[in-house]
Formats: sequence, structure tokens, C-alpha cells
Amino acid sequence: MCVMSLKQTARILSTYAGDTSGVCSALFELGGMTVMHDASGCNSTYNTHDEPRWYDMDSLVFISALSETEAILGDDQKLIDDTVRAVRDLSPAFVALAGTPIPMMTGVDLEAVARQIEDECGIPAFGFDTDGMHSYTSGASKAFAALAKRIVREPKKKTDRLSVNLLGVTPLDFSVTGTERTMKNLLEESGIGVVSSWAMSASLEEIAECAKACVNLVVSSSGLGAAAVMRARFGIPFVVGTPCGGKMREEIVTALRQSAEDGADRILPESDPDARCVVIGEGVTAASLAHALRRETGIPTRAICATDGFAELHPMHVPQATDEDDIIPLLSGAETVIADPLYRPIVPDTARFIPLPHEGFSGRIWRRDIPDLADGLTEWIDKNGLGR
Amino acid sequence: MIRRLGGDIPVKDVRIADAACPAPFAPGLEFSPPARGTWNIVHTGMLIPEAHEIFVCAEGCLRGVVLTAAEMGASDRFSTVAVRENNVTDGDLEDSLIEGVTDILEKLPKKPPAVLVYTSCIHHFMGADLPHIYKTLRERFPDIDFTDCYMNPIMRKSGLTPDQLMRRQLYSLLHGAPRREKTVLIAGNDFMTDDGGDFPAHLREHGWELCEIQRCKTYAEYQALAGAALCVTNQPAAIPGGKLLSERFGMTHHHLPISFDYGEIEANWKTFCAAAGIPEPDFDSLAERCEDMLTEAKREIGDAPIEIDYTVTSRPLSLALMLIRHGFCVTRIYLDGVSGEEAEDFAALQKRAPDLLLSPTVDPVMRVRPRETREKTLAVGQKAAWFTGSGYFVNLVENGGLYGYEAVRGMAVLMRDAWRTPKDARRLIQIKGMGCASCL
Repeated sequence: MCVMSLKQTARILSTYAGDTSGVCSALFELGGMTVMHDASGCNSTYNTHDEPRWYDMDSLVFISALSETEAILGDDQKLIDDTVRAVRDLSPAFVALAGTPIPMMTGVDLEAVARQIEDECGIPAFGFDTDGMHSYTSGASKAFAALAKRIVREPKKKTDRLSVNLLGVTPLDFSVTGTERTMKNLLEESGIGVVSSWAMSASLEEIAECAKACVNLVVSSSGLGAAAVMRARFGIPFVVGTPCGGKMREEIVTALRQSAEDGADRILPESDPDARCVVIGEGVTAASLAHALRRETGIPTRAICATDGFAELHPMHVPQATDEDDIIPLLSGAETVIADPLYRPIVPDTARFIPLPHEGFSGRIWRRDIPDLADGLTEWIDKNGLGR
Repeated sequence: MIRRLGGDIPVKDVRIADAACPAPFAPGLEFSPPARGTWNIVHTGMLIPEAHEIFVCAEGCLRGVVLTAAEMGASDRFSTVAVRENNVTDGDLEDSLIEGVTDILEKLPKKPPAVLVYTSCIHHFMGADLPHIYKTLRERFPDIDFTDCYMNPIMRKSGLTPDQLMRRQLYSLLHGAPRREKTVLIAGNDFMTDDGGDFPAHLREHGWELCEIQRCKTYAEYQALAGAALCVTNQPAAIPGGKLLSERFGMTHHHLPISFDYGEIEANWKTFCAAAGIPEPDFDSLAERCEDMLTEAKREIGDAPIEIDYTVTSRPLSLALMLIRHGFCVTRIYLDGVSGEEAEDFAALQKRAPDLLLSPTVDPVMRVRPRETREKTLAVGQKAAWFTGSGYFVNLVENGGLYGYEAVRGMAVLMRDAWRTPKDARRLIQIKGMGCASCL
């Protein structure tokens, strides 16, 4: 019998939105057309469970309807022809092609296909080597990085006052319950202008002009790719951290001012590796909540990153664990576990479970219960009896 | 053309007189409207009592089925094994599946009597040795029945579709059971046949028992299905399941399709009654009751426009033809193809209503087509409700268990009620798997 490492099973856990959905979510509001190169299934999964804006916003996200014959014969021309025809019908600002498992296996060169579409249509076209085997943060980060490379223009001048871009804002981490607006408002109240938000309530033109900002604020790991590109292209420093409660917000504002001054990157969230209070979720938002809880309540808290990890985030000391078998041991000894409600079955009986719904994990099921922690952390702490 | 920022958008509607059959529209990129009431392979598989589903696929593909199970409150009957790049490059799909399923079964608090293992497009393309996989699992867990199920949409145009396979595999776990004469199995439907309909009533009257998977509460009751004497299917996708039951258990299989045409309904009845050796019902009386209901519906709906979509029934053209013959103003049908069962209806509609419009549901331009109508419009089906923006809609998928004359009467009543009282389309049509449990 073959002996294998059993790290890919989920007896009862859900799975995070995939990288293909991450691409679609990142680009949803920007006036482009995103094509998932797949047979079927990715489209209904994305727009049922991963995209809360689907019913109300006519974004152009489609599937290529790849067939067995086309895959076997390597018929990329059909994808090109179908996409070009749809571009002519719908006049999008750009085209994005996102890969899925079968194109990965058959070796479709989506970047080359995108170049051909760009030549034929005269609009920017991107090819992303997503394969449905990574989490949404990976796909969204690639999409935002591509925008930073191709769409963002050299700034004529910087803004007069301290300003930022919010990087990594998608409904998969922030839902559609107002957190994105709150983060902007809180920064504005602190005297920091928000040039662009990548990419909710933003236009492609705002993003094109965003290099005039002084600092990038990476509020989820989806924003890391764009931050790295803009650091390289324009020398814009970045701060990593999600506004979460008053004290965390003050730290972020201070860090933004420092980075604007000294040009250094800063990663704010700190996780306490020995803490008995645990937050499970996307790396940056989970670590930020852990950090904020410690600041607000004094309760040592650690985070577990259950989505794709990023090397840039190593200073946070957040372990990455994506499989049920990996996460369960990390919960041993925990007294409190804060996570999406679908994690409840694997939480030890001895631990107190505090549900914190996450669109990227449980989709729409508990959307109405997703709190706005940017401004409502204190109330959430009181409601859940976490205060000391 | 529709005016839109950035240019004009072509209209893809086609008059039925000018449309090609069976493919009225050119293939291309596809849009997915947010109408989710039709069942998927998770919902259908859950019809087997006490069975556990294990999906083996890339995480991005698992997401939709995991959350289908979660929304229907069935996460405890559902597990997954993720396929990752290392499995593809290492070529260990068989071992990872076998060990993954073993790991899950050993962790379950109670061993299920049956496990549905769903493999994916990746297994197909990599040539995974499926017989070896199932043989090994059966050897390891001799007390568990395993069956092969498929989430391989890339095969939807090659051989049996995933939907056909799923409806067939529902019966693949049957072992065989003592013959129960005067028992008919209606196979391959998502919905249980309406007990109040003519068909169940006529069966009961003549000493026949109707059995269906939806009526089984335990795995033992499910096993007893194999003893039925007759098997009837009425969805096109259920035919392979009917053939399987005929071949394995000697049931006499009749495909008696859903129809809204009295002649076809009567012919189906006659076929069944001859096979069962029971008298035929009074067809004139049954048709008369339909006429009464249709007259009442027509009196209320009048000449208002009606738009129908293909998810409401497997016979949208038959439904449209029946309504037009009864004076209703059917103006549009949303569909992407014409099934073989509807070829005659298509031809009849070309003659009877040449200006009837056919509209695609998946064409990209349908994403930005204005979702409003100039006047109060009756939508029949969830996709029609979405495309028309009308709250006056019949909220039904796959005939909802209505069959025969009962389907004609039921549709007339549903249309009348839909016309009287608007519904919250936004809330209702986004719920997955109409009729299944849902936490939304």
C-alpha cells in the first residue's frame, strides 16, 4: 500500500474561493471583461458563492465553455475568436483571461493568447496562470499586480497631502456590508486622502492615476502583488495592516506617516505564537484582528493563515495551514477560536467558538452577520464578551 | 440594437420561423444568470438515503459543491479530497484519491452504508485508473457500497452528460431485490411525483404501488427499489438510468416524456396502461378539467405577454404551443438549444407562431440586455423572471413533480396565481436547488 501524507482531505470543512475567482473579483468593477477558460462550473460557483455583486452590477465575467475536443486538440483559436467577438459586441476596457485546471494540464499559454487578443482588439489584455488549485488571494494578487504593471501611469506629481491607495479590497474579504467605505472614511478623518481602492467603488481611471499616492496600504494579502510592483516601479512604500478598531487604526496612521517620510515598508500585525485565543482566516485580516484584540483587550491572540501564504508576510509569524489535518493540531489547547461558522465542527469542545463569517469561506450564507470591524470592533468585542 | 455607453449591443433574439433547430444560436463565451433553482449533482446525489458524498477535485471546483452542501445543511454527509498540482505532476491521482477517501471514512463518526465518489475532469484527462480505485476501496471497506460519480463538465458534449450520469448512478448502488409485481418505479427525476396527480391516483385505484427514490427514508428502503416491475422515466436526462434499471433488474422501461399536448399525454397513458395491464382513464374527462383551468387562467391573464424559460420544464416548446393554442400571448422563449423531444413542437410553432422570439440565456450580450418590460409581463420560470425583471413569475423548475394532465392543470393554476401576486424574485431565484433544504 502506498503511504502518503494525508494533507488534502476535508471531512467536513469548506474550501476557500479559488484563484480563478480571485481574478474575477479583483477586476469586477473596472469595466473590463474577464473570461474564465473552463468547461463549466467555475462561472456558477463564482457568481453564486464568490460574487455578491453579481445580481446588481452588470460586470462582464464569462466562461469560455471549453469542451473535451477543444482541450485535446489545443484549439486556442476558438477562445480567441469567441473573446474577440464578445469584445466587439460589448466594448470592454480590457480583457482578462483566467486559467483553470484543464488549461493548466494542457499547457495553454494564456499570456500568448492574451497578446493575440490585444493585437486584434486594440485594448489591453491579460493572461493569468491561475489553475483553481490556489486560494483567491493568489489570483486577486496576480490581477492587481498586472494592473500595477500595465495600467498605472507615471505620476506627474504626488498629492499635496499624505495619501494612500487601499490595496486588496474585494468582497471576498470585506463583503458588501460597508467596511470598504468605513476604511476610507476613517483614513480621511485622520487626515489621509484615499486616492484609490483596489478595487471596490473604484474606476480604472482612478487606478491608472494612483501612483500619485504617497503610500500603499495593503489591507489583505490580495494587495501584496500590486504593492510590490508599485514599490519597484514608482518607489511607493507599503504598510501592511487592516484598519480594525481604534488602536490598530492609530498604529496604521502612524506607520503610514512614517513610511511616507522614510520610504520604508512596514508590516504591522503581530501574532503571539503562544496565545490561547486564535483567529483563523486570510493572513493579513486575521493577523490584524489578532493584533487589534491584543491592543484593545490585552488578550494575547494568534492568527492562522488558512489561505495561500506570501513570503512578504513572514514577519507576522503567522503559520499557514490550509488543510483540515494541518489546522486541527494548531487548535489544540486553544481556549477561544474566532473563525467562520463553518469551522465550528473542528474546534475542540474545550474551546469557546466565536463565529466570524467570511465571504471567502462560507460565501453568502452568513453575509448579513458579517460585522464591520474597521469601526465596530469595540461593539463586537463587547457582544462576544472578549473584553477584560 | 440596444444603445449602451460605449456603443451599440446587438440583439441576439431570433424569430422561431428563422431559427435553426436544434441550435438556434452560435456557440461562444457564456454568461450565467443568477437563477439557481435547478438542482446540481450534489442535490441529486443526496437523494440516496444515508449515503455520503466525497468530491475529488481542484479546490476552485470544490467550492461550489461544498457550499451547495453547506447551504442545504448537509455538510455532515459531504467531504472532499483536493487535487493539487503535485498530484498532476507526480501522477499519483489514484493513490491520493484512495488514501484521501480512506482517511475521510476512518474519521467519520459513523460509517455510511454507501459512498458516492465524484471524480473530475482532471482524472479523465490524466487517464486515472478508475476501476483500480473503486476495486481497492471496495476491498478496504467491504461493508460500504461505492459508486462512481462524475463532476466532469468538460465531457458535457461527449457521450453522456454529467447530469445524465448522475441520474443513472442514483440507481447503480442497488443490489437487486425480490420482484414486487404491481410496483412501478419512476426514475431519474429530482422531484417526487405529485401525490395528488392523476397518475398516482390511477395507480392506487388499480392496486399498483408507485415507488420513487424521494420516498425512501432509509438505505434499506432504497434497496427495495430494485424489485419494481416497471420503470418509467419522463426527463430526457433520465433515460440512461431507465436503461440501467432495465438491464440490471429486468424492469420493463418506458420513457414517457413530459408533455403539454393532450395527444402525447394520452399516448403515454395508453403505453403505460397496456404495460401494467390496467384500464385507461377517462381521457376526455381529464382533458376537460385541464380546459377549465386554462380558461380560468386565460380569463385573468388575458392578452398579457408571457415569456417562458427552459428551466421550468424539459418541454418549454410544448408548453408554449399549448398556451398559444389556448389563446395565450406567448411572446418569447429563453433557451440555448432544442432537445430532440421538442423537434415536432419546434416545427409546429414555426407554422403557428412564426414571430415568437427565441432568446439565448448564455450569450454574453444577455448580461447587459435591459431587464425590464414595457407592460406587465408573466414570466414562466426563474430565468424568465430574471430577464424580464418581472415579479409576476411562476417559480418552478423541472416541472416540480407535475406530470401528464396534472402538469397542464398545475401550470394553469401556477400561472394564474403568479399573475395575481408578485413575488420577490431577487430572494427566491438565487436559492440553490429548489425544493431542497436551504439555510438562506
